[in-house]
Amino acid sequence: MNKNISEKTGFSILRLCMAIVVIFLLVILFDIISKGIGKVNWEFLTQPPRRGMTEGGIFPAIVGTFLVTLITALLAVPMGMGCAIYLNEYAKDNKTTRLIRMSIRNLSGVPSIVYGLFGVVLFVQLMHLGTCILAAGLTLGLMTLPWTITASEEALKNVPQSYRDGALALGATKWKAIRTNVLPYAVPGMLTGTILGLARAAGETAPILFTGAAFFLPFLPRSVFDQFMALPYHLYIMATQHHAISQVRPIAYATALVLITLIFSMNLAAIVLRYHLRKLKKE
Amino acid sequence: MENIKIKAEKFNFYYGDHKALKDISVNVYKNKVLGIIGPSGCGKSTFLRSLNRMNDVIIGARYEGSILIDRRNIFDPRMDVVEIRRKVGMVFQKSNPFPKSIFENVAYGLKINGKKNRDLILEKAEKSLKDAALWNEVKDRLDKSAFDLSGGQQQRLCIARALAVEPEVILMDEPASALDPAATAKIEELIQQLKENYTIVIVTHNMQQAARISDYTAFFMMGELVEYDTASKMFTSPSKKITEEYITGRFG
Repeated sequence: MNKNISEKTGFSILRLCMAIVVIFLLVILFDIISKGIGKVNWEFLTQPPRRGMTEGGIFPAIVGTFLVTLITALLAVPMGMGCAIYLNEYAKDNKTTRLIRMSIRNLSGVPSIVYGLFGVVLFVQLMHLGTCILAAGLTLGLMTLPWTITASEEALKNVPQSYRDGALALGATKWKAIRTNVLPYAVPGMLTGTILGLARAAGETAPILFTGAAFFLPFLPRSVFDQFMALPYHLYIMATQHHAISQVRPIAYATALVLITLIFSMNLAAIVLRYHLRKLKKE
Repeated sequence: MENIKIKAEKFNFYYGDHKALKDISVNVYKNKVLGIIGPSGCGKSTFLRSLNRMNDVIIGARYEGSILIDRRNIFDPRMDVVEIRRKVGMVFQKSNPFPKSIFENVAYGLKINGKKNRDLILEKAEKSLKDAALWNEVKDRLDKSAFDLSGGQQQRLCIARALAVEPEVILMDEPASALDPAATAKIEELIQQLKENYTIVIVTHNMQQAARISDYTAFFMMGELVEYDTASKMFTSPSKKITEEYITGRFG
């Protein structure tokens, strides 16, 4: 009897923890959706802001976020995969490798504002890129790298050693074995982790704050050396920096809704990809 | 002798500080089956994997002495390891079909070796599957996943895959240890056919199997070659007491 009671209490506490988390999530989602959905329409998505950003849409911010995430991906995806392939397939398991691996794990815990300041010094000033899409994208790319490396390495680890041995025994060179008999089975897993990393990057404000994001731009960026508007930064401005609070509040909510939808769809893509990967494995 | 295909001379192998093989000298004759027997951890798999230099991938592995294949030392720095592995095919203990179609599995070795002509690949794949006694069972479903096959069929697919690159020697590491008796019998029958065209080195835990299929037998223990003789001699009147004790099942 006593056992039963402690069992039940234990589970009730766990259930309560779960419920609190879910409730918070639902409240936030409900708040954003209910206050933002009325404002989101075709015009909001395709028009620039007007009248001191109290009217109009968020098109430049959507374009800006898209472009900067693209730059991030161009840096983080190939470099992340390359590093992971080297670490998992070529590097010897010695002190240096373990130190590098540990540093990479630690880098993923560095606060994003630190990456932002680092980006200013390295890309904006030292490399003379100025504040622009390229500098911001590279900064976000550096921030995403630890995630893509770790995820890609995990994906490579999941490919059975027998695929490598089998290919080598048939006369494949090491690189050929990796390219034809390891990578094809690791890429879906690599992409899953990478998309999650990119989704996180797309929602970041601190790293782009000093490296290229603009308060307001009357035109779309014409090259990667232009400044840009971005969804998370636009949201920050609308929520805290604009003087006409009551007028821009709905815009802020609508922007938040668009940003959340964007990140949610990226995560969903990753989940779908993982699901298909698992199904493939079972076959 | 003319028909020596593989000649190991005072071959030593180390994993780091551990000496796994001690002064192994053994001949493998052309178109014959050499069976390697011995208790677990005696070095028989290590020796097998030395013959196509699969041990190269192990960190901290070292060797001394030489292994000659067609009178050329495979550890000579001028030897191309890829070339050796094409000449010396391998079938692993656990069948390891790739997650591809049956056809793609057999074609894999040809494709990575630069063969592009589809008709040629088709032709060779068919021949390999026939040689591995698998063709009749899979000819109507070549595009199906290799994982759909039974355990015995998967192992014969791995043999077909190894045959496709036209090796001269085939190494087999306990190829039937995970198979049921019927599938095992098929593999053994296959080995008898294959030795007409290939030289075979097979590691096995199964004494009866070694007696049935091998022409020569090598008994390994604790990294040493205890006895090496024709199979008929070794299984009827072994010259050492310890060999007799092992093959009659008194230990191991």
